[in-house]
Amino acid sequence: MATKSLKARNSELSDTKRQLELLSTGVFETGTLPLFKEKLKQHQLSALQPLPLEVLQINMGYMCNQVCAHCHVDAGPDRKEYITKETMNACIKVMQSEAIQTVDLTGGAPEMHPDFRWFVEQIRSQTQVKEIIVRSNLTIILANKKYHDLPSFFAKHQVHVVSSLPFYKRNKTDRQRGSGVFDSSIKALEMLNSVGYGKPGTGLLLDLVYNPSGAFLPGDQTALEHDYKNVLNADFGLVFNQLFALTNLPISRFLDYLIASENYEEYMTNLVNAFNPSAAKNVMCTTTLSVSWDGYLYDCDFNQMLGLKVASKRNHISEFDAQVLQNREIQVSQHCYGCTAGSGSSCQGAIA
Amino acid sequence: MKKEYYNPEDLNKFGEITKWNKELGERFFEYYNKVFEEGALTAREKSLIALAVAHVVQCPYCIDAYTKDGLQRGIENEEMMEAVHVGAAIKSGAVLVHGVQMMNRYDQLSM
Repeated sequence: MATKSLKARNSELSDTKRQLELLSTGVFETGTLPLFKEKLKQHQLSALQPLPLEVLQINMGYMCNQVCAHCHVDAGPDRKEYITKETMNACIKVMQSEAIQTVDLTGGAPEMHPDFRWFVEQIRSQTQVKEIIVRSNLTIILANKKYHDLPSFFAKHQVHVVSSLPFYKRNKTDRQRGSGVFDSSIKALEMLNSVGYGKPGTGLLLDLVYNPSGAFLPGDQTALEHDYKNVLNADFGLVFNQLFALTNLPISRFLDYLIASENYEEYMTNLVNAFNPSAAKNVMCTTTLSVSWDGYLYDCDFNQMLGLKVASKRNHISEFDAQVLQNREIQVSQHCYGCTAGSGSSCQGAIA
Repeated sequence: MKKEYYNPEDLNKFGEITKWNKELGERFFEYYNKVFEEGALTAREKSLIALAVAHVVQCPYCIDAYTKDGLQRGIENEEMMEAVHVGAAIKSGAVLVHGVQMMNRYDQLSM
């Protein structure tokens, strides 16, 4: 397993233009597979347009204590990009002026940002945002003494914790996320449970994220949740609320894996064949805006990682204009098939 | 004619059998999909049975499809291999149990 990001390895795929080129040539250029835009037309679906904004997803930076094989952010310990206080204040301003219901903090490991706690406190004290989500990789809680009290901090500020746990068994988890990750994740879940997370009546939500450990699509979310709950409870006495089954999108390190393992064409064929028009009507990019560490706006986190800024003149959080942004067309490419395959996929799991 | 009898890409074209006989093809797929729904057996259990049978009938398309199906359902490699051994045991048992027929015939024909 790689211990460095694509960027640190000087991989050609660290160049987003190269990724977009790959996603538009080959089987998509020859017409073997239809472009995403064409697929929408085939199903009499119009181009994706924004609905009223509900979720502001903020990428705190690309630094992370892990180097996961499937990471679409290409995050890792060698990534130094992180959001400034100025940009965080600009985000707060937008939360105050717009009816933002959910702020979704992601990374990298968002907790590693030196002003992470300050930002959460500011959102709670200065805005009416109902829900703050943190996308936690779990192991960060044990990575350093200074993070051990994160569960209490999350609980104090009623932060909704959404944590990746690729599988309920050690082997698959460690193969995707690194040796020892499973055991650390279990310990972190125990710490979260001990302050009330995932337990009925506490109001402290702990959701887990499953994503396939390879070139295949996720199975039925309900069945997987049932298996996760049974095994984690029987083996470790752990509880959680919901399981979100996410499809791996062909971006960054997962794209690199698909190409290196010669699974790319088959995987793209699977995604295209599994296109579900109902999922296409509910994609998260219609109600979400994604903010990058440097303040630019994107239709979703995946577009952010491909460098596809919103198709609007107002494309930075500092010049946010809801009306202008509302009239944009959502940027798509062939990676979008990942969100419309089967039961669909979003940051909140299945959508159809 | 191509050199190989089997082409992995043909698996994705399975649905096209309806082109030459719509009614029977559609009835087959309706039946097929119904069989694999949750019932007295879970869809997970059915997937493992399908994988074992796929090996017994030595269908490369089915092995491809139900290995992937198992991965999607979170079925682990140990479970898959045990299912294949169940298929192998029945298949070899089916060969060996005919040995009794051979023994009976041998005894009948021998002085």
